[in-house]
Amino acid sequence: MKQFDYVRPATVTEAVAAAAQPGAVYLAAGTNLLDLMKGGVSRPDRLVDVTHLGGLDQIETLADGSLRIGALVSNADLAHDADFAKSYPAVAEALLSGASAQLRNAATVGGNLLQRTRCAYFYDTASRCNKREAGTGCDAREGENRTHSVLGWSESCIATHPSDFCVPLVALDAVIEIEGKHGRREIALDELHRLPGNTPERDAALEPGDLIVAVRLPPSARGFAAHARYLKVRERTSYAFAVVSAASALRIENGKIAEARLALGGVAAKPWRARAAEDVLRGVAPTADAFQEAAWRALTDAKPSGDNAFKIELARRIVVRALTLAAAGTPARIPALPASPFASTSGAIHA
Amino acid sequence: MPELNLTSAPAHLRHGSNIGQPLTRRDGILKVKGQATYAADNHPPGMLFAVMAVSSIAHGRVTSLDVAAAKRHPGVVDVMTPDHKPQLAIDPEIKTNPFVFRMEVLQSNEVRYANQPIAVVIAETLEAATEGAVLLAPRYEAQPALVGLDAGTSYVPPVVGVGNPTENHLGDVEAGLASADKQIDAIYETPPQYHNAMEPHAIVAAWDGDSLQIDMPTQGLMLSLGRIAELFGIAPDKIHIRSPFLGGGFGSKGLMSGPPTLGIMAAKLVGKPVKLVLRREQMYGPVGHRAPTRQRLRIGADGEGRLTALDHHARTVSSTFDDFYEPAADASHTLYASPAIRTSHDAVRVNTGTPLFMRAPGEATGSIALESAIDEMAWACGIDPLAFRLKNYAEVEPITGRPFSSKALRACYDQGAARFGWAKRSLQPGQMRDDAGLLVGWGMGTATFPALMFQAEARAVIRLDGSGAMEIGAHDMGQGAWTALAQIAADELGLDIDRVEFKAGSSDLPDAGIAGGSAHTATAGAAIHSAGAAVIAKLADLATNDERSPLFGAGNAGVIARNGRLIRRDDESRGESYVEILARARIVEIEARGTGAPNPAAMEEYAMHAHGAVFAEVKVDPELGQVRVTRMVGAFAAGRIVNPHLVKSQLFGGMIWGMSFALHEEAITDRRSGRIMNANLGEYHIPVNADVPPLDVITVEEHDPHVNALGIKGVGEIGITGSAGAVANAVWHATGVRVRRFPIRIEDLLAQR
Repeated sequence: MKQFDYVRPATVTEAVAAAAQPGAVYLAAGTNLLDLMKGGVSRPDRLVDVTHLGGLDQIETLADGSLRIGALVSNADLAHDADFAKSYPAVAEALLSGASAQLRNAATVGGNLLQRTRCAYFYDTASRCNKREAGTGCDAREGENRTHSVLGWSESCIATHPSDFCVPLVALDAVIEIEGKHGRREIALDELHRLPGNTPERDAALEPGDLIVAVRLPPSARGFAAHARYLKVRERTSYAFAVVSAASALRIENGKIAEARLALGGVAAKPWRARAAEDVLRGVAPTADAFQEAAWRALTDAKPSGDNAFKIELARRIVVRALTLAAAGTPARIPALPASPFASTSGAIHA
Repeated sequence: MPELNLTSAPAHLRHGSNIGQPLTRRDGILKVKGQATYAADNHPPGMLFAVMAVSSIAHGRVTSLDVAAAKRHPGVVDVMTPDHKPQLAIDPEIKTNPFVFRMEVLQSNEVRYANQPIAVVIAETLEAATEGAVLLAPRYEAQPALVGLDAGTSYVPPVVGVGNPTENHLGDVEAGLASADKQIDAIYETPPQYHNAMEPHAIVAAWDGDSLQIDMPTQGLMLSLGRIAELFGIAPDKIHIRSPFLGGGFGSKGLMSGPPTLGIMAAKLVGKPVKLVLRREQMYGPVGHRAPTRQRLRIGADGEGRLTALDHHARTVSSTFDDFYEPAADASHTLYASPAIRTSHDAVRVNTGTPLFMRAPGEATGSIALESAIDEMAWACGIDPLAFRLKNYAEVEPITGRPFSSKALRACYDQGAARFGWAKRSLQPGQMRDDAGLLVGWGMGTATFPALMFQAEARAVIRLDGSGAMEIGAHDMGQGAWTALAQIAADELGLDIDRVEFKAGSSDLPDAGIAGGSAHTATAGAAIHSAGAAVIAKLADLATNDERSPLFGAGNAGVIARNGRLIRRDDESRGESYVEILARARIVEIEARGTGAPNPAAMEEYAMHAHGAVFAEVKVDPELGQVRVTRMVGAFAAGRIVNPHLVKSQLFGGMIWGMSFALHEEAITDRRSGRIMNANLGEYHIPVNADVPPLDVITVEEHDPHVNALGIKGVGEIGITGSAGAVANAVWHATGVRVRRFPIRIEDLLAQR
């Protein structure tokens, strides 16, 4: 493979300085980056290993009731944190529906946010890909694209963001803390991932050197714990990316939906917050009709980018189901088959 | 490196003879500890690493390679290209026998398929060789790629599979269809699939003058050795191949392919040992695959539900430069009785590596189409699918009219159905739901695979210390040859398995034939049987001709070898130990060879097949279309079961593969470039543990006096057949939606609302 420099900064400041150089990238668990490097998709000159930085592996409740998750907390540790799973069950369920147990043990919170698309044309270096190499074209557009975007895509790029974790996080208004050349700032997670437009090579609203140090869930996120689910339809029971997924969270008061949160995964270049659908659910009873209406609203702007019209109908049905499941109440335990349509099947013994 | 010592198996509960015992695999502990030495684990002193550069176009030619850039990279030793390579002794395009397939070993700049090797970079480290291959930055002159089942002009190949006729006929199919009360005319499609053995193809090659030492996983030691000798122009006895373990082969490691040949060439070029291991994505091209098929089935049935005609046509593909044709329609030769049967094939040529044998070649692809169509016909006739199959049970092999050497398929149906609870199935689809509201479907399929045999030889030894040895160049692909063949050896030598040194997996041992066609246990077992009998006969001669032996004069009555002793057949109280016989004769060891081969007379007289019945339950989300198999029962009759534990594992594996065929596996080819877009185990979906339901295997007792001396039929491939169709039929039964393009996908089941 291409030779590269490997640096292990001692502090966040050093890390930011090291990673701000052209050709530098951060390395955390590397569960995506190393594959990209082996395949020649990513050819960095310098890896800035942040795994030894102190203080980034904590899960802490802040004075205002927010939860702050350090960027180096592993997906598995977060999902299996009992308090976390209880307070943010849809997030834990999403985490446990992603990848495999081995990958979840390694993968980090910060890295998960920044994983690249799984579009096959992005990975195939012989294909034209505007995301991999700006301005070359998009071979997915007329290619094998049944799993590609149905929302927010452009002629430049029809790739989807693959994360499960980000879908409920976006629904719950998560905020990310970023350390950069000009100090610390924070943005809504919903603003981190970019739609492709004419610049699909930029996945995220980050500048060179920017390091995500934490993800924060605001106090309001706890309010949905009783009615929150993640649902993921995929082509096998585990270890597959979502064809379409949805996170739904409801705050139900006196038989009415006081507040609804809904986000879709696998449909766009970013986790897709469906605010219009949330709006129609506010103040109404959690009925099948209301959920159907929300589903239509969520997919109003959807259009196929290829052989994937089915994903629009599938997404509607997933929205209805996810809302129905959330309304029925968060299960006492995360199902053995997390986020699976078969989660309620008795006797399932595999995670 | 730990010694490969397979003679000291852990203690096992034993109830009698060795054959029939459920021994756990004797190499299991080595494998669990990571001590089993696979080919790529070998690192001879001075070894260099070779990495293939492969083509990103599917058709055209390479116009330039930046060899200088690759060579400048630190650690790169040499770059092998069409202009810089050792000469082979013969043109690799020449097919010297039917088991030779054309390979790409840098003989020209021509590109015939994507992922074809176009250069090999040899370096001091794997990393340097890998980067060197990138730096070659090949340029191409590309031609349009031929892709898919509709590419180019179709033609009728001369043969399909291994020398099977392209067409077969019985009776008048058109008349049978015309007279039918019910007709089915349906088209089924199966995708390209890749073997994806866990262990990639690998070789470590070391030349010493004109001698060649090779570590390489192979299912065919002697075929590989012969091909290497021919390609490199050296005597076969100058070549030694070690292949103690294969991390799966499934047909892709049966015959010598291009990549290991390139490894040998690279070692010759640099004059040092070289290791070449394929990257996962490089396995999608030069080492074979299962070709896609489009199959049309036309079936007629009379008012009673008896078949009047069965017409099975399969379209498949081969490469642009060689011939292998998936014999999918041949699946209709054996299972169902009909007065008129026709099977036929045609093909198109596409820019792909040549398709090859892949676990149940033809049987697997043909089975899912046939079993789906039979299911469709049962429904059209309003008859339970099992009852329909029984109504059309083939009492003799349908086209040839030959009797079966044995066929316990009725027992398979009965026992499988009973275990599954088939009698409670609703005839109508879409009727069953579980407590959670998921659709439940039950489906079945009939399994069949021919009982084949090849030729093999073995050498048996009995030693003065009372131990024995059995030598045969057999292949353990994970199926358990180290264990099952040693069990046979122990019985034939009349010894406890721990007293038998069983040697296999090396080309300096007697030829065991190819480990393919589900025939290895039968073939190698027959050779072991005859070698064992021969050495026992020699030992018996020593004893019965010696006045000092209690067995003197027992020649006519005969002796039995048991527990390290020979005893008189007519008086078991009289006998003596091997030690005593050899000591008295002052012989250190006594040896004999034996061969195993099919019996042409029996093959002429009988149709020889293993059979089975597979029952599957699926659950389908009624709105979301995701499918999950929740239960499978397979009942198989495959003659004598040498090791029921290993046999069950084989059958489990086959059933899982069948499920994978129905629901998961598909190589996605870009229709423009001909490149495979999911050449990795993340995106080429095979079942993970969470997909595999409780599996139940019943081995149905079957005695077959005709197939071979041991009555073994083989279980390596039959598990896929029947299973794929059973799952597909269960999906129909759950949903009422008949999907005829495999794998069944979520969107296929969304339209139901």
